[in-house]
Amino acid sequence: MLRSTVSKSSDSEVDLLDDRDFVQLIDADGIRHPSPTIDQWVADVSDAQLADLYEDMVVVRRIDVEATALQRQGELGLWPPLLGQEASQIGSARALRDDDFIMPSYRENGVAYCRGVALDDLVRVWRGHAHGSWDPSEFRMAIPAVIIGAQTLHAVGYGVGILRDGADSAVITYFGDGATSQGDTNEAMIFAATYQAPVVFFCQNNHWAISEPVGLQATRHISERAPGFGIPSMRVDGNDVLAVMAATRIALDRAHNGGGPTYIEAVTYRMGPHTTSDDPTRYRDADELAEWKAKDPISRLEKYFESKDLLTDELKARVKAKADSVAAEFRAGCIGMEEPTIMSVFDHVTIEIDPVLERQRSQYAAYLANFEGGE
Amino acid sequence: MTELTYRQALNDTLRAELTRDENVYLIGEEIGVFEGSYKITAGLLKEFGPKRVVDTPISEEGFTGVAIGSAMLGLRPVVEIMTLNFSLIAIDQIVNHAAKMYGMFGGRVKVPLVIRTPGGGGQQLAATHSQNLEVWYAHIPGLKVVAPSNPADAKALLTAAIRDDDPVLFLENLGLYNTKGDVPDGEQVAEIGRAAIAREGTDLTVVSYSRGVVTALEVAEQLAGEGISIEVVDLRSLRPLDRVTFCESVKKTSRAVVFEDDMLSYGVGAEISATIGEAVFDWLDAPVRRVAAAEVPLPYAKPLELAAMPDAAALTKVIRETLAASGYRK
Repeated sequence: MLRSTVSKSSDSEVDLLDDRDFVQLIDADGIRHPSPTIDQWVADVSDAQLADLYEDMVVVRRIDVEATALQRQGELGLWPPLLGQEASQIGSARALRDDDFIMPSYRENGVAYCRGVALDDLVRVWRGHAHGSWDPSEFRMAIPAVIIGAQTLHAVGYGVGILRDGADSAVITYFGDGATSQGDTNEAMIFAATYQAPVVFFCQNNHWAISEPVGLQATRHISERAPGFGIPSMRVDGNDVLAVMAATRIALDRAHNGGGPTYIEAVTYRMGPHTTSDDPTRYRDADELAEWKAKDPISRLEKYFESKDLLTDELKARVKAKADSVAAEFRAGCIGMEEPTIMSVFDHVTIEIDPVLERQRSQYAAYLANFEGGE
Repeated sequence: MTELTYRQALNDTLRAELTRDENVYLIGEEIGVFEGSYKITAGLLKEFGPKRVVDTPISEEGFTGVAIGSAMLGLRPVVEIMTLNFSLIAIDQIVNHAAKMYGMFGGRVKVPLVIRTPGGGGQQLAATHSQNLEVWYAHIPGLKVVAPSNPADAKALLTAAIRDDDPVLFLENLGLYNTKGDVPDGEQVAEIGRAAIAREGTDLTVVSYSRGVVTALEVAEQLAGEGISIEVVDLRSLRPLDRVTFCESVKKTSRAVVFEDDMLSYGVGAEISATIGEAVFDWLDAPVRRVAAAEVPLPYAKPLELAAMPDAAALTKVIRETLAASGYRK
């Protein structure tokens, strides 16, 4: 178990991350623990549906591994791995209705996959071709937000808009433990509580904000903050896809029925680097990673299936085939991506181009025309 | 045509736009029950209710971010930030989000947001409440920055800003709220990015905006008594900047002075004089001069504050020097 402490010099070290204190339905050994209060929220999830969640997790991990390799091969500028966070992303994303909206951070590639975003669009931003590449209204999901925590306020604004429209949909916003220290995130909680906006605050506590451990962001459970804002909160095993789905369904049910915002802290672990530009071996112990590998979200589900004789050759073959084909399509889509045209640098600054920019655009076009083959 | 104060013109315009389009709503601190620190939203909560006139927690970053999120959904928020100085607390949401979303989302998300906020000194509100920071925003692609100098423009530019699909910073001025002027009746929609010739003249061009235009017009009137003909260009919009109007004016007068309430260094006047130098240098009979604030945090003490601010006397002096430097004779 990870133990973060307030002060290493103190004799009375405080265990900040008592991992027993959370909602868990399937533990690290694949054992299903019945819960009288939570089970009803996932009673409809059959073993076949659980197998679909398993497939999702395997596929997004495969996308993640493929993307990391593409970055190492020089095909991507950057990639923010979700390795280890598959259950948090799949369990929450698969709980959403089509008309719920998602305000993500930059790591929610698993959520975007569930939303049906095209594979090449998943990677276009990380190849450096565009800031964002899908239509938010089509997928009901905004593009990656890279200013830490800013999207939480946009989620509340979107939620206030839902209330004004009299709709019964909700908005979920994803952020990490690091973002809980940002003003925007705290302000978003205040505004969400004030207006009782239908917002699900989904914190993936992956224990690290680049090199800063969660103990530097929070001296108690992150989930304990929300009630102080007037927002009910849950702490859930973020590596347990079934528990994450249950918690998200509870939160969404409140939001859809006029119950206002809910806060979820999904306790998970960033097994990889912050991004491919980071090297976590410089600041964290290998032992810690080993502890969390033992709590892996995918292998625990395999153990659960094994215990029920459900991890059949057929299931394994099906999931592998899907992951292989997605990976191949993903890689091909990435490498075959068309370069943006040079003159598009002037596009989409304002809705109508202003005269100063128009002048710069025509000057640049004239400059390029001086070269053979220039635009 | 009706004579109105700048404040009343803004209030009337907000009412008209709230009535016209149900997607328009007002959001900010103290704007509802208290009717705004400067009473621009007087009566609107009573008339339109709390869903259209939204009082907020005291957090500029918070309500600006919430407004942006709601604009992504298709609403048309008009944010009031109590003074431009407090926009510093919201600057990440304004600069990194409102200004960039349209581009970063590949043109698929618009942010039809207006931020109304007064700047300006001279009210003895001390250093942190008296700044002219509009150039910070005028520097940012993706934002529009408009700064009306009179009640008629306040109406026409606010109407245009609310109907514009890009985020617009609408700069008011504490010293203008009580000024009066004739305002055309009925719907008036200005073209954002178009300067105005506030007064025609032949000897020298004064370029200004917001409250500076009022002073410039007073100075022009006074100098007219001496037979000196000053043309006053009211920029009205700092971004997009209408370069053509002031450059054409300089081609006519061959002399230019920029009058601005902000700091000389890196201020609005730096952009104007550089543009004149680049575009119409050959027409100039004298160097372009700038009249701006002393480069100090604006003092609290009234005599010190007034000493630090550019005024009619300073503008008159620089106009005379510029005329003399060019060998001007009546």
